[in-house]
Amino acid sequence: MLRKPLSSKVSRRAVLAGTAAGAAAAVTRFPTPAIAQAKPFKLGLLTVKTGPLAQGGIQMEQGVITYLKETNYTIGGRKVDLVSADTGGNPAGAKTKAQELIERDNVDVILGPLAAFEMYAINEYITQHKMPTLCLAGADNLTQRTPSPYLLRTSATSSQAMQPMGHYAATELKLKRAVTVVEDFAFGYEQIGGFQAAFQKDGGCVVNKLWPPLVTPDYTPYVAQISDCDGVCQGFAGSNPLRFMKAYAGAGLKYPVVTGETGGDDALLKSFGDEAIGLVSCAPYTLDLDTDGNHRFVQGMLTNYNAIPGQYAAILYVNCQVVDAALKSLNGDVGDRDKFMAALRAVNLPDTPRGPVKYDHLNNVVGTFYVRRCGTEGAKYGLKLWNKTIKTYDNVSQFWTWPEAEFLAHPVYSRDYPPLTKC
Amino acid sequence: MTFWLLLTVNSVTFGGLLFLLSAGFSLIFGLMRIPNLTHGSMFMVGAYLGTTLLSGALGFTLNFWVAAVIAALEVAILGALMERLLLRRLAGQQLAQVLVTLGVSFMVADLCLMGWGGDPISVATPPHLNGFIRFAGAAFPLYRMAVILIAVVFAIALWLMLERTRLGAMIRAGVDDPQMARVVGIRVSQLFTIVFALGAGLAGFAGVIGGPILSVYPGLDQDMLPLALVVVILGGTGSLLGSFVGSIVIGFLYNFGQALLPELAYFILFLPMVLVLVLRPQGLFGGQIL
Repeated sequence: MLRKPLSSKVSRRAVLAGTAAGAAAAVTRFPTPAIAQAKPFKLGLLTVKTGPLAQGGIQMEQGVITYLKETNYTIGGRKVDLVSADTGGNPAGAKTKAQELIERDNVDVILGPLAAFEMYAINEYITQHKMPTLCLAGADNLTQRTPSPYLLRTSATSSQAMQPMGHYAATELKLKRAVTVVEDFAFGYEQIGGFQAAFQKDGGCVVNKLWPPLVTPDYTPYVAQISDCDGVCQGFAGSNPLRFMKAYAGAGLKYPVVTGETGGDDALLKSFGDEAIGLVSCAPYTLDLDTDGNHRFVQGMLTNYNAIPGQYAAILYVNCQVVDAALKSLNGDVGDRDKFMAALRAVNLPDTPRGPVKYDHLNNVVGTFYVRRCGTEGAKYGLKLWNKTIKTYDNVSQFWTWPEAEFLAHPVYSRDYPPLTKC
Repeated sequence: MTFWLLLTVNSVTFGGLLFLLSAGFSLIFGLMRIPNLTHGSMFMVGAYLGTTLLSGALGFTLNFWVAAVIAALEVAILGALMERLLLRRLAGQQLAQVLVTLGVSFMVADLCLMGWGGDPISVATPPHLNGFIRFAGAAFPLYRMAVILIAVVFAIALWLMLERTRLGAMIRAGVDDPQMARVVGIRVSQLFTIVFALGAGLAGFAGVIGGPILSVYPGLDQDMLPLALVVVILGGTGSLLGSFVGSIVIGFLYNFGQALLPELAYFILFLPMVLVLVLRPQGLFGGQIL
């Protein structure tokens, strides 16, 4: 069980994650009712339960189990055996655990992993093994310039939510000049690229782009550089939005702040303070969505975990719904992986917690995106703050309003693309 | 102008926080020659304990400063236990000590994740320090000013303790020459426990004080430990003055490095450490405790 991922460049964090993943006997089985008619359907989950990414990873598992409890561990007419593996949030761990799931546990489908570098680490491997994988990782090119036939994405590309956000910032918030600030890594580049492209398309102008390192205990040096603008776009993830908003308010800045799905995630509402009031975010899931599908999900999360869900739990729950629907359409027979994959791609659900869900021909979701404003009004579930939906964009594709060919002709969004232009 | 002023003030604030964190680390290293890799964990545990005391989850809500002191005492006790139960057995075996403290830091991280969950916890600024001082067109948060003040008060208190008290004299003797200190009848082993507890308590205190600036989240320990290391190596182990100067220097390098050359922020931060190790391994103020 002590399988430590070895790589030539071992960081302290990687050692932590690897050791913890190995030592914690990370593959846990969840009990299923004893009487099973046929062989159970094996649902593999690649998540992160240790290390700095654990917050999102724990939610992923909660979303999956909430759905399985709701369906009494039966989807598409088959009993479900959930095999949950902790990758430790690093590529080597993801590879090891993916191998275990596929070769030892013989799972029928994989949900996860969380991070883009984990998905890239297993992309080739799952393609070789024709393993349908419903990933959470956002990296644009996984469903754009280098799509994989066995990968399906129900969450969003990294830039998908930021493109409507850019449109909203330019057309409705009437921002003219924005400074962007995000962590110095691919997820950040792609978010800000999407924001900048859409914002500038509608007449806005990005005047400066700041890239703090992923680990930045105090954002004040960056906040101090925000000037000559009328709005700020931040794309932080994990616990970083908390500290950024604090430093921002702490420096007395008042420009409106817009963000994407991680920067204003509903799971952060209980941690935010007054500094988040007024934060406008665009996300594929919103806690305040007033539909039966979402009520059922939120109630389930509250009953099972007393937890207020954010997008990680919601998307994994939706992923389970998608697998359920595909299984039903095949009468539970997933013997042919290609047929299973085709059935997964064909799924079209009208009422998931995140609204209607369908996929484009590159296997990425086409869905509703919600622009919310954070405030105190309407707060439920004991929260003090609440993201209230102020605009809904339906059927948002990963290409926003650009024709697919035109979008794909550009290089993938990066630190240098779109370039900073004088305006 | 405002930009430079804001950065300068923030550098001093961050330096103050680093001093609270690293003073204990430096004393422990200087006296006991233990590179205590749990120091970041002590910081994080202090911060987490502080959030619990402040949240009212225990049925009462404490004043911020009272919570900080209680959390510091709790972490000091943890430190003393760790010294007595684990490190004592490994006296003189530096490699074993590094490995044990590294191992314990991983274990503490996992226990914190279990106890407090993975969600980041934000710590509210004490209400009476919520405002700003406006100066030369820039706004300086009152709380950050208070952090500078606290660091200065602690620096003076520690200096007086080391300079003027019997305990301080014994610690100085222990840092200078542990064998000789033993010979003249100083109970160095008891001293070890006291200093370790003091260092841990300071780190725990810094964790609570840092809460409103940094918030508390899994991985906070690993974010802070390298900063403490670089401060202590730069300033010289066992030197209070060294950690004070080191903290301020690192505070400036951190803030100005990130603002002016963000791509090289970490290069700039660790370059002085490398230079000092190569050119002056005892650190800028190594060998002189004050």
